[in-house]
Amino acid sequence: MSGMSWALAALSAALTAFLAGILLSATPKHQRRLVCALLLLSALAALAAGLAGLLSAPGEVRLPIGLPWLAMHFRLDALGGFFLLVLGLLLGATALYSVGYLRQLGSQRNLTPLYIFLPLFVIGMQGVMLADDAYTFMVFWELMSVASYFLVTFEHEQDGHRKAGFLYLLMAHLGGMLILGGFAILYAAGGSFEFDAMRAAALTPLWASLAFLLAMSGFGMKAGMMPLHAWLPDAHPAAPSNVSALMSGIMIKVAIFGFLRMIWDLIGLQQAHWWWGGLVLVIGSTSAVGGILFALQQNELKRVLAYSSVENIGIIAIGLGLGMIFAHYNYPSLAALGLVAALYHSLNHAMFKGLLFMGAGAVMHGAHSCDMGQLGGLIRRMPRTAALFLIGCISISALPPFNGFVSEWLTFQAALMAPQLQGTLLSALIPFSAAMLALAGALAAACFVKVFGIVFQGTPRSPAAAEAREANAWMQIGMAIPAALCLLLGIFPAWMLPLIDAVPKALIHAELGASATGNAWLWLTPIAQERASYSPLIVLMALLLAGCTFLVIHYRYGKKRRTEPWSCGHPHLNPRMQYTAAAFSQPLRRIFSDLYQPQDKLLRSDHGHTLLVKRLRYQVHVQDLLWRHLYLPVKRFSEWLTQRIDWLHHRPIHGYLAFTFVTLLLLLGLLL
Amino acid sequence: MTQPGLLQQWVVVAAAAMLLIMFALLAQRHMRALLRWFALQGVLLALTSALVAFVAGVPELYVSALLALLLKGLVLPWLLWRIVLRLGVHREVEPLVNISVTLLLGAALVLFAFYVSLPIEKLSQLVTRNIIAIALACVLLSMLMMITRRKAITQVVAFLSLENALFFTATAATNGMPLVVEIGVAFDVLIAALIFGLFFFQIRRTFDSLDLEHLEEKP
Amino acid sequence: MNLWLWNLAEAVLMVGLAPLATALVKLFKARLQNRRGPSLLQSYRDLAKLFAKQPVLAEHASWIFRLAPYVIFAATALAAAIVPVILVAMPLTAAADVIALVALLALARFFTALAAMDVGTAFGGMGASREMTFAALSEPAMLMSIFVLSIAAHSTNLSAMIDTVLNSGLGLRPSLAFALAALVMVAIAETGRIPVDNPATHLELTMVHEAMILEYSGRYLALIEWANQIKLLLFATLLLNLFLPWGIAQDSSLVSVLIAAGAWLLKLLLLFALLSLFETWMAKMRIFRVPEYLGLAFLLAILGILSHYILEVGV
Repeated sequence: MSGMSWALAALSAALTAFLAGILLSATPKHQRRLVCALLLLSALAALAAGLAGLLSAPGEVRLPIGLPWLAMHFRLDALGGFFLLVLGLLLGATALYSVGYLRQLGSQRNLTPLYIFLPLFVIGMQGVMLADDAYTFMVFWELMSVASYFLVTFEHEQDGHRKAGFLYLLMAHLGGMLILGGFAILYAAGGSFEFDAMRAAALTPLWASLAFLLAMSGFGMKAGMMPLHAWLPDAHPAAPSNVSALMSGIMIKVAIFGFLRMIWDLIGLQQAHWWWGGLVLVIGSTSAVGGILFALQQNELKRVLAYSSVENIGIIAIGLGLGMIFAHYNYPSLAALGLVAALYHSLNHAMFKGLLFMGAGAVMHGAHSCDMGQLGGLIRRMPRTAALFLIGCISISALPPFNGFVSEWLTFQAALMAPQLQGTLLSALIPFSAAMLALAGALAAACFVKVFGIVFQGTPRSPAAAEAREANAWMQIGMAIPAALCLLLGIFPAWMLPLIDAVPKALIHAELGASATGNAWLWLTPIAQERASYSPLIVLMALLLAGCTFLVIHYRYGKKRRTEPWSCGHPHLNPRMQYTAAAFSQPLRRIFSDLYQPQDKLLRSDHGHTLLVKRLRYQVHVQDLLWRHLYLPVKRFSEWLTQRIDWLHHRPIHGYLAFTFVTLLLLLGLLL
Repeated sequence: MTQPGLLQQWVVVAAAAMLLIMFALLAQRHMRALLRWFALQGVLLALTSALVAFVAGVPELYVSALLALLLKGLVLPWLLWRIVLRLGVHREVEPLVNISVTLLLGAALVLFAFYVSLPIEKLSQLVTRNIIAIALACVLLSMLMMITRRKAITQVVAFLSLENALFFTATAATNGMPLVVEIGVAFDVLIAALIFGLFFFQIRRTFDSLDLEHLEEKP
Repeated sequence: MNLWLWNLAEAVLMVGLAPLATALVKLFKARLQNRRGPSLLQSYRDLAKLFAKQPVLAEHASWIFRLAPYVIFAATALAAAIVPVILVAMPLTAAADVIALVALLALARFFTALAAMDVGTAFGGMGASREMTFAALSEPAMLMSIFVLSIAAHSTNLSAMIDTVLNSGLGLRPSLAFALAALVMVAIAETGRIPVDNPATHLELTMVHEAMILEYSGRYLALIEWANQIKLLLFATLLLNLFLPWGIAQDSSLVSVLIAAGAWLLKLLLLFALLSLFETWMAKMRIFRVPEYLGLAFLLAILGILSHYILEVGV
């Protein structure tokens, strides 16, 4: 079967899942099994389609649905193929996870809306990746946004979820309009909705920049780049965990796909100005550092993961920005390096973030809370979940031998190529970006030590945590797949790179080529052997040696001597004496207090004298800085504006007649 | 190493040291340390002048070097320290913006200076054209210091370091100014410092403080 | 094959000499403080004693607590095997460049912090929190100062960087001076020496590294202490070989190897003497002065890059 047929099969499987969701609402068990099985099929078909798209020539198909004079064009090329690959991998794992997760969720509520909108969401994402004209693209984009809105507000009884859904819908539509604006410019230049016409169109510099800014804002808003990220930390925790995994793992990558499609492919980098890449780089660096700084201050597990997604999108944007800068200064192979680093990080992020969100869902089900102040010691009650979650934490902290390190290493290598730009301002600015990337990576490690340490280690902070139940087998399988992929992608990057190389070849006609993996599959040498090289296998061997030594000694020495913790001789430790989430991030809160502007309160009650304290209560709250300084003023301004315009709604009849008359005059004047 | 090579080397090192001292001046918390770094700047200037005099064979610069050493390395810091002691000014430098932000702004200013002086560097024929960016950066950094400090004394130090930066540029980039100009400028600066001292005494007597915010209030 | 043997020998040397290096620093400090100080073999005796003792575990310590010392030791030993010590061109150096070196040390630190959080004491949390915060602030400074060198060498491979410094002659380059200053400051922070952390303290509120390993005993503690000593030797060697590499062997003939070994030992001796002098002279900083200290290191590294672009690359 050709790639395009696989892609259509994926769409059909998802459509069948949607129908199954509607029709089988009377039998929840069959409904769940069938919908998840169909989604798994869709994922496998998407995986096959993705591989075909990367390995073979582009395929096209035209469906006679849609507008009368514009059929729906579908095309599977390398770029779409890569993102379909990402989708297929994560969706497959999530489908398996959902069988177990939704069984438990289904015992509490009716899941039919979920079974209806989840397949629609998947169809939307797949359709966007396959679209070959603007109409198809926008239809599937809106389908994706609206379906995910319903998924976000799935548990709509909670006030916070409704607010999160509203903000999400508002920003999704705003972003959609901006993207539409970008397409409008391209349509005007190319004369047709079809992407082929848009590719061939030549734009004046002003319109090209305008289209770039519209696309950047629209796709950036959906991807969650700062400062347009405010919907992410509210929406991702509100949705059920399997949906959050898909949203964070794939949906924001679809936005990256859209960015690449519009700016790298349709507008084309040869029409790019020098400052486009610089802007993307600056936004990427800001998102990376800002995202992780705010992630560190969150106390709810899923909010941490959501802000961490903002950080990783920033890292992807850094790679893209570097690629754009190098492409502008005519270094195509370096641009390919930047693009490959960004794409590899997209894949890696889908894997480990999906794993982490699935783990959060397992924690939610097992301990009935995602509030880090109520958790603790889960490693003993949920050992397998803990081990898999640990793999996710190590990967996201960019530590060898897992995959996060490889993509960050590639991004660093791309940044270090800056001196090739020969003393321009950008070449002096790029090392700053590299420093911000290093800061973001190190802060991510701090954040995930905090997350794993507080949630899984120590002693339980609440009775629910003390009696937590391990996740069921389906959930474990669903988590094990991304975990295994994290390890494989970290150890064998040389296998993935030739696949990913097809994308820069299609977009900018340059590739990393043979040098990347020329020294056999053991070594990763993106530019040249003498330049930089990394052999993940040697690191893995050293660590395996350590692990084996541990196991040998463990089994040889058998029983250990156990006693109370030493803790400098303090007796009677209780769980309240442990570090809390807010306590762990206190040094950073103090160092970056100008950025956080934390509001804290200390309440004390005593037995009549200040020294005889009865109770102390400390509350600290860190609000997203951009929320207070950007979003609230915008909200206030739009409220002010609507109040000013309100007088239009209260005119007497003569007023309305006058409006109609003036409009008629204007139309006559314009049209005649 | 040939003589021009030696000069070039030293000028490059001195420029880097100048930049470092400017950042050190921006980062100081204590008045005494600030004046010590300022004195060090004067010594650096003296050394540079002396070396340029030796290599380029411009004997007047020896006098410049001596003047710089005496005036900027010894007399001016001592004068300023005496003022600090007599007026009972707090020994802490009080910045308007906190120090980390000031340093980050300084780094951004250096980048800006580099960007602005790129076309100039292309045009210049002199061997020491790289210094122009550093010199401009030092001037901008002293202006930043003037803007972000509360106390009048620190603003005077900033003004004097601005003059130092210009002097360094002149020496390094153009092998020194004519001696007459040099002496004139040096005496101007000395008189300025004396007058500042007088004014400070007056200000303090009127407002009981040298904090510039007080000067904005109506008496 | 020959080079692999040399690499193995270098790795064994680094791992084996690390306790001696720490003992040397302790001896210098003691003499500066008018004490006699421990014998040079004392670190080895301490390690042997710890290995012989039975470890005692907290009741609810998990497998991470037991696995962590092995991972820490393996990662640090691998990092030590990567750094060129006596010979410039080493096969393992091609396996991992300087970014991977930093990442390996970060892996060791990650597991130390996890082990600290494992037992659920306040000290563990405190140590982990402080350590990860300072590490986060020192990573940009370390990477920037190494970037100065790698930009000049057009490579992140340690051997290539050393080669560049060797071949660029004896000229004084301000960017390298700034990078050296920044890296020295970061090295002090990473190895937990005064003024950032006191390696000899047992006062709870001033501990950073010690707080994290408070619950360890027996062979676990031995492995962690040894890894810490290897880290000190690693940073010292890295500093010396990157910025003052003269004497290092560029071919594997016996003569150059012997000269290189002698030069390395001599340079180490001088560096440790300076370190002890510095530690005796300075006092430990307040905890919240450390971010300013690291910010200063970052600033110096940035000045290094800027002066490289402005003064050395030019137009």
